[in-house]
Amino acid sequence: MSTAVQHPAPAPQVVALDTTVVTSWKAPIAFAIFTLLAIALAVFAPQDGDTTFRLSTQSDVIQLPEITVPTMPTLWITIVLLALATAYSAMLVASKRRVPVWLVVVFAVLFMFGFLTWAASGAAIPVIGLLFGSLSLAVPLIYGSLAGVLGERVGVINIAIEGQLLAGAFTAAVVASITGQPILGLIAAMVAGMLVGMVLAAFAIKYFVDQVIVGVVLNVLVVGLTSFFFSQVLAPNAAALNTPPRFERLPIPVLSEIPIIGPVLFRQTLVVYLMYVAVALVYFGLFHTKWGLRLRAVGEHPQAADTVGIKVNRTRFWNVALAGAIAGLGGTFFTIGSGIAFNKEMTAGAGFIALAAVIFGQWDPIKATLAALLFGFASNLQNTLSVIGSPVPSEFMLMLPYVVTIFAVAGLVGKVRGPAAAGKPYIKS
Amino acid sequence: MKLELRGITKRFGSLVANDHIDLTVEAGEIHCLLGENGAGKSTLMNVLYGLYQADEGEVLLDDQVQHFAGPGDAMAAHIGMVHQHFMLIPVFTVAENVMLGHEETKLGGRLDLPAARAKVREISERFGFDVDPDALVDDLPVGVQQRVEIIKALSRDAKVLVFDEPTAVLTPQETDELMGIMRQLKQTGTSIVFITHKLREVREVADRITVIRLGKVVGEASPTATNAELASLMVGRAVELTVHKEEPTLGDAALQVQGLTVIDPIGQLVVNDVSFEVRRGEILAIAGVQGNGQTELTEALLGLQPRVQGSIRIDGIELGSSSVKRILDAGVGFVPEDRTEDGLVGEFTIAENLMLDRSDGAPFVRGGSIQRGALADFARDKVKEFDVRTQGIDSKVRQLSGGNQQKVVLARELSRDLRLLVAAQPTRGVDVGSIEFIHKRIVETRDSGVPVVVVSTELDEVVALADRIMVMYRGRIVGIVPGDTPRDVLGLMMAGEHPAEGAAA
Repeated sequence: MSTAVQHPAPAPQVVALDTTVVTSWKAPIAFAIFTLLAIALAVFAPQDGDTTFRLSTQSDVIQLPEITVPTMPTLWITIVLLALATAYSAMLVASKRRVPVWLVVVFAVLFMFGFLTWAASGAAIPVIGLLFGSLSLAVPLIYGSLAGVLGERVGVINIAIEGQLLAGAFTAAVVASITGQPILGLIAAMVAGMLVGMVLAAFAIKYFVDQVIVGVVLNVLVVGLTSFFFSQVLAPNAAALNTPPRFERLPIPVLSEIPIIGPVLFRQTLVVYLMYVAVALVYFGLFHTKWGLRLRAVGEHPQAADTVGIKVNRTRFWNVALAGAIAGLGGTFFTIGSGIAFNKEMTAGAGFIALAAVIFGQWDPIKATLAALLFGFASNLQNTLSVIGSPVPSEFMLMLPYVVTIFAVAGLVGKVRGPAAAGKPYIKS
Repeated sequence: MKLELRGITKRFGSLVANDHIDLTVEAGEIHCLLGENGAGKSTLMNVLYGLYQADEGEVLLDDQVQHFAGPGDAMAAHIGMVHQHFMLIPVFTVAENVMLGHEETKLGGRLDLPAARAKVREISERFGFDVDPDALVDDLPVGVQQRVEIIKALSRDAKVLVFDEPTAVLTPQETDELMGIMRQLKQTGTSIVFITHKLREVREVADRITVIRLGKVVGEASPTATNAELASLMVGRAVELTVHKEEPTLGDAALQVQGLTVIDPIGQLVVNDVSFEVRRGEILAIAGVQGNGQTELTEALLGLQPRVQGSIRIDGIELGSSSVKRILDAGVGFVPEDRTEDGLVGEFTIAENLMLDRSDGAPFVRGGSIQRGALADFARDKVKEFDVRTQGIDSKVRQLSGGNQQKVVLARELSRDLRLLVAAQPTRGVDVGSIEFIHKRIVETRDSGVPVVVVSTELDEVVALADRIMVMYRGRIVGIVPGDTPRDVLGLMMAGEHPAEGAAA
């Protein structure tokens, strides 16, 4: 009566499950929308003239020629390519295959090129300046996302990045103004960020308070404290307390003369060079050292870590403190990193964008850095376009970084799994 | 190494989990700790392993008093533990898991993975395990994960090894292999504490047996004692180990499943082209090791799975793509696998839980308001009928024991007009007394002409209840065989081997 015995006998060892591809039309649909957007630009708002891409700055030793393209033909060629990419992705999904990441990247770069060509018609786009600014704006985001990665990897959700950045910015400005030494400001900022991290850690680990709530409250607290001190103490004594010296740019010999890359990456300040080191160290540490192995174990399965003699809560506390110090360091960008006086709420949500970069970067320091760079690019694009006088309303462009964030996190992430125990206090009975 | 526990007492609030427990394990001895769920076996071992601090009593190793502030101290004293729920990091490799906590590093703080791999290979070879040090633990079957746990303990030179309910997740074959490993360990002088509630295993491997009930040692037994003797010692009264049931009176095929496939979010076919039918008045037991698609299959029957292909018919009506609500209204009763998660609302009272799936009309809801009187009468009735031991129908379900919680679930599901009963792991975490009762009610349901699907990973339960047995492996049906199929055949089928031609019914 049974009809079930119909498959050949599998070996008694491990047999992998059959799989099928769960296809999603998300990518082709998104591609189609963006292609239509590009067509709409070309049809309803055609721009006459040429667009110039400037690839060198005047101080460069090696000068690259400017590239000038006719606006409308270039846009139309781009649209054709976009349409081809859309059709290819639709074909892939229809035949039950996944849309590869490279196609998404190629599409995004193409669209951006087309958009820039259109938006900067009749003007010149300073490519170096655009990229340089992107990196600069990404600096606090990258430090913040490193702090987020460390926190979540060890099992504590760090919503307080915003507060840590702000505390760092404030302390750096004050200490550097008083001492006249930006390096002392930098150290003070790390201490300030670490203190905020320790408060978060203490409440989350010792008292099991919901980590998201503690984080949000800390952000509000730091905003309140720094605003209070700003208006009551800093503003009346601005000359003594709020005129921070800035880190000077330190071009690295030879490297800074490489075309395009050199001016972008190697004519930066100490804060940026430290960032390169921090990203590399966090990456190496997380995946290749005892510290990282234990940290990740605690964030994935704290009980298992406990049963091999790792002190879960101590590990969490000190790593959250470390994360706070890194975020505090990132906060220096706003004041002594840029030579700007401290102002109320000057971090303007960078901590939350950094949090988005953590998730978009799948809890990996390198990928989170790339995500932060993307957000930095979106912010700087808005600056650049308003400077060269593009036809897009500046209010609309101001939304760009946030729109990119929402699309990136909601659209592309989806099913990635974070550290299993992130956000869950470890309570021993 | 000789292990001695003296007068261990551990309290959780007013609950005394361990009450002056004495236990001695000689070097090179396999000592079984036998007791029901909740008797306090795991608590005792967690005290030994330093995870809990005892309120009274002491631990001695080779007659030296030990003080363990944490598992690190216990490990340093050469105590190893294979936990019931594996203490492995799923996203780490085998080598990373084994080295965790006592990592060796090279220059620059870099982890010395080659050394860890070599260690895994060396121990694997010693015991004839076939474990790839670079495999991700998540990808390994549970039997192999358990070996990783053993390797982990041995890599720290464990002289006393505690196995906490190690066979719960294993096929009968894997269980036999584990017994072999235990004997092998014993020969090398390792002392073994083997915690279980399965009588057969105890008698097969133990040198000595200590029985624990309600936190106290109630006696020692020799491995030659009969099952009935051990069971009555464990439960505290004589227990019925078999289920009495008559020959089934079979009706028409009521549940017909055709080509059912369930796809998980990452595209794996967790249930793969499954077809079977259950007739009225018949119990079909689905056997198999945990995680071979049984959970997803039952959820698909209830409409709880999002990506389902194929057809499910009850009395000829297609319910394959219906909502859960429609399926329940069609007369499907469901006892979920995890009652605290899916079956009950812990903070609700017994009465409220009894009406959970009938909140949209008479008799419990009229004009949008709950008819408290009707509900109370109904609840009192059911509490009596199903022998739920409680202080009253207004007690919160969370406060009930596992067995009584399960009776509440069963009372709710069986008090409707059923055309199909699906019971997943109906007696998991339930005391022996309640098991008898639940089994009796399931058989009664069958005898009233309802088709019943029982999913169980416990072979004893499958054999006790089934009229026919369907074995699942890696999402597929290995075979559907008669209820009286010998255990060793079922065991092989659970490991994916197909029965001989003649065995298929």
